[in-house]
Amino acid sequence: MAIRPSWNDRFGPYLLSLLILGLFLFVWEAATRSPRFDAKGKTEDQLTTMEFNGDVVKDAAGHYIWNPDKVKGIPGPMKVFEKARTELGEAFVKKGTNDHGIGFLVWYTIKRFMSGFLAGSIVAILLGVLIGLSKPLFIAFNPFIQVLKPISPLAWMPLLLYSVKDPFWTAILVVFMASLWPTVANTAFGVNSIRKDYLHVAALLEMSYLRRLFTVVLPAAAPAIIAGLRISFGSALVAVVPAEMLLGELGAGYLTWIEWNNLDISGVIFAILVVGFVGYALDYAFGRLAALFTYTEV
Amino acid sequence: MSFLKVDHVSKQYPVLDDKAKKGESFVVFRDVTFEIRKGEFLTMIGHSGCGKSTLLNIIAGFDQSSTGGVILEGREITKPGIDRMVVFQSFALMPWLTAFDNVRIAVRQAHPDWSPEQIHDWTQKYINMMNLHGAERKRPAFLSGGMRQRVGLARAFAVEPKVLLLDEPFAQIDALTRGGIQEELVRMWNATRNTVFMVTHDVDEAILLSDRIALMTNGPEAELAEIIDVTIPRPRTRAELIDSPDYVRIRNHILHFLVKGAKKSKHSGKDSPAAPATETKPALQPTP
Repeated sequence: MAIRPSWNDRFGPYLLSLLILGLFLFVWEAATRSPRFDAKGKTEDQLTTMEFNGDVVKDAAGHYIWNPDKVKGIPGPMKVFEKARTELGEAFVKKGTNDHGIGFLVWYTIKRFMSGFLAGSIVAILLGVLIGLSKPLFIAFNPFIQVLKPISPLAWMPLLLYSVKDPFWTAILVVFMASLWPTVANTAFGVNSIRKDYLHVAALLEMSYLRRLFTVVLPAAAPAIIAGLRISFGSALVAVVPAEMLLGELGAGYLTWIEWNNLDISGVIFAILVVGFVGYALDYAFGRLAALFTYTEV
Repeated sequence: MSFLKVDHVSKQYPVLDDKAKKGESFVVFRDVTFEIRKGEFLTMIGHSGCGKSTLLNIIAGFDQSSTGGVILEGREITKPGIDRMVVFQSFALMPWLTAFDNVRIAVRQAHPDWSPEQIHDWTQKYINMMNLHGAERKRPAFLSGGMRQRVGLARAFAVEPKVLLLDEPFAQIDALTRGGIQEELVRMWNATRNTVFMVTHDVDEAILLSDRIALMTNGPEAELAEIIDVTIPRPRTRAELIDSPDYVRIRNHILHFLVKGAKKSKHSGKDSPAAPATETKPALQPTP
């Protein structure tokens, strides 16, 4: 008989999540709330100057209050929420060459990320299998991989920009570089450490090179390859945002920088959140895909 | 002409110890010679370390002999091939394939000219013969040890190899399940009459299944001590076996050898009851 989890067990954690969110928003709001403007002790001249500078405005009753449109400290959650509503409301509106709706920006980032990551992964898996299948090649290539692996993908950017002379392709290549090495290293390792039994069976059955590769080697190394792809995925995702910022390519990462240039801090916070959600969505999709290729070891 | 001939096979490894003299080597076994007739079931018994699994690997082609060689139907064995299927102690099933597909890829390799339907039907036949019906779509991780080895046996038999090599095939299966599979193996072997070389620790298993049993002395420098005929008529079942006087005699003989003889002959072998023998000794001396 299956035991039904209690209401607490099932929904408790989610309730706690909501509670944490609520608490966070409350603290954020409390910390960023500015005190009411106090006109006492200020001369008429001072107030006029402040009004002229845009620090304060007169409300409907004729009292001075802080100008809500002037940037002052970190904006509270309500401001960011307001900003998000406007942005999401015009998600698919293009206002100019560099002012595309958030929907477009996210789409550009995903496209850029996917093309760089896919190309990088294909090259990395091929290279990894090639190296992993032969012990001498594995030993020979290993030092190069070890040196190339820790280089930040952004470090390649000036060289790439100089070589291809095009920011669009440079951004994709940065993602490509970011997704290369972890997959190469893991694939080579995975192929190199396949259980001998499987190779023995392949040898007994007199499988051809290609058949052995596709029916035994790649499936057996799949968990290691997926683990490598997962690391690559993370580093590529981290690389895509600064690549867009530095190259000025339209995307979710670029939005962060544009909003900073506009001195719109609510916009910056909104852009950061967008990057987080895009990353989460991509990672989730990848996880579902990866589950298809793993198996339970006997 | 003999079918499978193991001809003066020795296996040694260079000693990698710092103190070892140059050229010194560690001899696992030396000068093992015997023949297996076509359709015969020969089992090799010996303590751990006598190199019986190494010998099986040499016959399979996974390992090379240091001296001597193995000849199958007049040709020397140099590499693994589909004419010698191995049933592994560790099952060696591909965990990403279903039970059915594990057998199917072997059939496909054995018969590259067959249509997919033929391959499918042939696979199904052997799946059914090993009582795996209903488990075809399961992956090895979701099968019990006994079921896994049934898949391993189905894979090996389905190829119809010239020689079947069983490397302690039931060592990882619990005692209760083991009996059932052993009887299935007997049934399968009776139906196909494959030539089988098996390596095991289990004396009862050897007597139940074999035509002849080869006894190895203890390693290192193990030698083939003798080969005994299992005179018990077939078909055999475990239930009948227990009451058979031949069974008791053979079992005692082997156990005596394993407890005493295997050790003694390591030093000399002249006056030992288990002197190295390359021929089949006829019957056993009746126990007093």
